[in-house]
Amino acid sequence: MELDAVVLARIQFAFTITFHIIFPSFTIGLSAYIATLGVMWLRTGEEKFRRIAQFWTKIFAVSFAMGVVSGIVLSYQFGTNWSRFSVVVGNVMGPLLGYEVLMAFFLEATFLGIMLFGADRVPPWLHVLSSAVVAVGTTLSAFWILAANSWMQTPAGHEIRDGIAYPVDWLQIIFNPSFPYRFAHMLNACYITTAFCVIAVGARYLITNRHHEEARTMMRMGIGLLVILTPLQLFIGDAHGLNTLKHQPLKVAAMEAHWDGSKPAPLVLFAWPDEINERNRYEISIPRLASLILTHDINGLFPGLKSVAPQDRPPVKNVFFAFRIMVGLGLFMIAAAFFGLLLWWKRDLFDTRWYLWIVSKSWWMGFVAIIAGWVVTESGRQPWIATGILRTRDAISPVPASTVLTTLILFVVVYSIVFSAGIYFINRLIEKGPTGRAIEPPDGVPNRPITGATEAARDATR
Amino acid sequence: MEWYLPVIWAGLIGTAVALYVILDGFDLGVAILFPFTENEGERHQMTRSIAPFWDGNETWLVLGGAGLFVAFPKAYSIIMPAFYLPVIVMLLALVFRGVAFEFRIVAHTSVRWWNVAFFGGSLTAALAQGVILGGMIQGIKVENGAFAGGAFDWATPFSLLCGLGLASGYALLGATWLILKTEGQVAIRARRQALIALMLVLGFMGAVSLYTPFLLDRIATRWFTTPNIYFLWPVPLVTGFVALMLWRWLDQGRELLPFLATIALFLLGYLGLVISSYPYLVPPTLTVWDVAAHPSSQIFMLLGTLVLLPIVLGYLVLVFWVFRGKVREGEAYH
Repeated sequence: MELDAVVLARIQFAFTITFHIIFPSFTIGLSAYIATLGVMWLRTGEEKFRRIAQFWTKIFAVSFAMGVVSGIVLSYQFGTNWSRFSVVVGNVMGPLLGYEVLMAFFLEATFLGIMLFGADRVPPWLHVLSSAVVAVGTTLSAFWILAANSWMQTPAGHEIRDGIAYPVDWLQIIFNPSFPYRFAHMLNACYITTAFCVIAVGARYLITNRHHEEARTMMRMGIGLLVILTPLQLFIGDAHGLNTLKHQPLKVAAMEAHWDGSKPAPLVLFAWPDEINERNRYEISIPRLASLILTHDINGLFPGLKSVAPQDRPPVKNVFFAFRIMVGLGLFMIAAAFFGLLLWWKRDLFDTRWYLWIVSKSWWMGFVAIIAGWVVTESGRQPWIATGILRTRDAISPVPASTVLTTLILFVVVYSIVFSAGIYFINRLIEKGPTGRAIEPPDGVPNRPITGATEAARDATR
Repeated sequence: MEWYLPVIWAGLIGTAVALYVILDGFDLGVAILFPFTENEGERHQMTRSIAPFWDGNETWLVLGGAGLFVAFPKAYSIIMPAFYLPVIVMLLALVFRGVAFEFRIVAHTSVRWWNVAFFGGSLTAALAQGVILGGMIQGIKVENGAFAGGAFDWATPFSLLCGLGLASGYALLGATWLILKTEGQVAIRARRQALIALMLVLGFMGAVSLYTPFLLDRIATRWFTTPNIYFLWPVPLVTGFVALMLWRWLDQGRELLPFLATIALFLLGYLGLVISSYPYLVPPTLTVWDVAAHPSSQIFMLLGTLVLLPIVLGYLVLVFWVFRGKVREGEAYH
């Protein structure tokens, strides 16, 4: 592959968006969690909820800052690297992104100020309300971004005149055929990802014998949620798959490494797709199972990759392997959630050290599953940037490859510094744990002399 | 038919950019003044004065960019590649500025580095914004509706002058903000800094104003021909008057008035730029009508904007009200 401006711009976009998506994936779920904790604190008056909320708010602040700054970069890249894209589909895409800024971005950014710094300035209900408003803002943000992305995948409600897309029906544009599935799938993925981070931290404290009260609450709330959401994700994913088969059959063909559409498809467990010879090497598969899953018919047929010319096919290996990573991690997360439920029911949840150890090490799974899922959906759309309207290679700006390469290197350097520091700081906040001023009255004397003193002593020696 | 739509949108984007420059201007300005104190407690006081606001303030930049994409996609597709490098440099600088806020609080040993990132990121972003502004005034080479210039067309002495001018303008905003929102040593120092920054700003404003008509005939024609000259002569006059009042108010120890006067200075400079360039969005070739999005897109977004913008301004006021008054001593961070 030649390193021309198109390839470099694609690498740059892939790099910056992969970095970015980590943070919304986390903060969408985390803001909802913090708001929930706030409401529970207001209702029960139990201090532990406020302590947990304050603890996660600190982590939220660091993650949100990284999400915001990397998101602003993306919003400008449509112009810097993909200016033809802006011209051809700007009439449709522009308002979707505009609504995101006006409806969601300002909401999050403004109330974040009160959420992070307003605890001493506003009454508790308004402080909790602010975190709820931030949560609503992050969700609305996801709504508009997913609407825009889904329109690029399955365009609707527009017409093409002289190669430019013009809007005809805004409701059809927003609620395009794949949008409901994509939005539900992503939102649920965010909640799962956050819940896994929460139980991973809880498990870490239980193993190291610290912050028992908070850790138990985190574990209970997290597992309770995961038991519902992880199987739900399987159903949403399945429905999304059926929708993709209907509208983007070649993406499904690449996910399944299904070459010949005239034969029922096996479920490929492992293979090395050979794109030059148009077949799979080292295939391990279950005959006809993919046909059964996708068409609900053991002999069902769906289009294979060979139905179009090689230059019109998505990159099979990326899509195929990313899909398997996503599903594999998903299945693990379902198992982990239900095993946790079993232990909880047997009253062993907080004492089964090997389980806690595994959970504490698996905080990253949601993130990797989300990134893999996005690789499936974005690679699977190629060679189109907007399906049937504009090819990726025709969307590029009139910018020399050397310029794109220079800025790509800058992005890698800057993001590496920022990301490493961010991970380091988040880890240190977790290490420090949910302590702090919530247990201390204003005059600085612990209101629970014994536990307050021991905690302070532990903090001091750490 | 809908000739008025592009004008409304140009006004809205102009407002968003003006709000960005004023609001994030004082954030960036406070950071630009960072190296002039060695006391970490004072730095804490300075960041504390802007911490609840900066994120919302920065959002106006996104609205400006997104607004351009929404209402004038063709202009967006020309301006962004034309300023590719300064735009990316500005974004990366804002990355450092944005994370430094949060990282400074949790860092122990690396606080010094994040102080440098906070100052460096803010100064670089200010310079890059000024360079982009200068480049816009100079004009962009366009052929067949696409950017046709080189990667460094923007790099001229004039745009550098604009960069330095904007950075000192932000420093002035930051200083007058600190006079308003802090007390003690920080506020006393800010008063001295504001005077120095004001001199710099007036110097750069004068230089840019004199340079522009010589550099560009179309701007000279706009300002110095009849009947325009009769309507336009008050602009520099009022600017001079506001600068004089700002000087006096600083001298008298006023707290709110210097900040408001600085905002007025910014708005007057901005008005001058609008007079010089209107109705060109991509000077000197494409007007707001040439690059407008389809009316249906502009109307769809306008309806939402008319509903949402007042709400946004409403909670902007709310957050400034909640955090009114001076930063309290020892106020806890999160």
